[in-house]
Amino acid sequence: MIYETELPKTVASRSSGMICAGVSVFLFKTVKEENAMEVEIGRKVLETNDAHARQNRERFAAAGVFVLNMMSSPGSGKTTLLEKTLVRIMPEIRCGVIVGDICTTNDADRLARSGAPVTQVNTDAFGGDCHLAAHVIGRAADGFDLENLDLLIVENIGNLVCPAEFDIGENGRTVVLSVTEGEDKPAKYPHMFRKCDSAVLNKIDLLPYLDFDMAAAEGFIHQVHPDMPIFQLSAKTEAGMGPWLNWLTTQVAESRSAR
Amino acid sequence: MHEMGIAMQVVEIAAASVPAHIQSPRVEQVNLKIGKLSSVVPDSLRFCFEVITKDTPLEGAVLNIEVAPVVARCRDCGVEWTIEDAVFRCKECSSGSVEVISGRELDIISIEIAD
Repeated sequence: MIYETELPKTVASRSSGMICAGVSVFLFKTVKEENAMEVEIGRKVLETNDAHARQNRERFAAAGVFVLNMMSSPGSGKTTLLEKTLVRIMPEIRCGVIVGDICTTNDADRLARSGAPVTQVNTDAFGGDCHLAAHVIGRAADGFDLENLDLLIVENIGNLVCPAEFDIGENGRTVVLSVTEGEDKPAKYPHMFRKCDSAVLNKIDLLPYLDFDMAAAEGFIHQVHPDMPIFQLSAKTEAGMGPWLNWLTTQVAESRSAR
Repeated sequence: MHEMGIAMQVVEIAAASVPAHIQSPRVEQVNLKIGKLSSVVPDSLRFCFEVITKDTPLEGAVLNIEVAPVVARCRDCGVEWTIEDAVFRCKECSSGSVEVISGRELDIISIEIAD
């Protein structure tokens, strides 16, 4: 027995036990329970997060702030990159930072020295989550004077898997990969590298001590995401920072002029 | 890693979809469609689902997961193909302008309730 509900549906059509949705055709299951009632739902599992993300995006657009979601595995150097980035682009670009970690305020303490307003989100209060969800970003954004910001950077939790799945209402995404991590990370974590708009290859000052194959790393990135801008740099020595800063400030300027 | 949060959302949506007129409903099956490009591990999701449905109308329900392949379309030559090994470059014309048309799904399709 089929029970129709009033819920929105994404399922395209139904015929004799088969569902056609998009390009795939499949059987629900081979044996159907006797006397079972099937309720069609057809909803996105993360629709609540997506709704929060939409609200965030509208709010950020209304305030005229560009939001960058920065993601990477733990220890790739996101915080150092941000410290050096903030120093170079402030005060011309008014910046704020939301930094996510499972525990500690170490990163927020480091970033606050730049003079930018910084909010630390610790996800242990939310069950030690491995990513920042949209409602968490919405709450963290309450602590900022968004009208007086040009750029809000979200330093996501170190993880190449989960943060890619959760839209937070950002306008741009950057993935940071350090040269100590192995060239094939983009092929191993394609979702993350597909989703991001630019990639930073950090810690190039260590190249003389490593067997890292830069051409192979760039090849893997472009295999997963052809034409994605890649910035080779060392946040520590500040070598190669120019192109990265140009890209970032151009994103902010373009979003400003689009308004 | 984030499967617990996803399992909680599945349970919330499934529980809210049980028609109100059913007395002490028992959900037997939950049908999901998950794209290969979404970062969800089916076994982890099943484990989390089992843990959080204890003592609810969904306890013991089977989680049927249909894994959707990653299908891409070339914006330049229009060819569509299934991506197996994370190479997002057109297999015909090598264009990098490729649109992913399937493989990111994370949908709850339906539930089945014992009458």
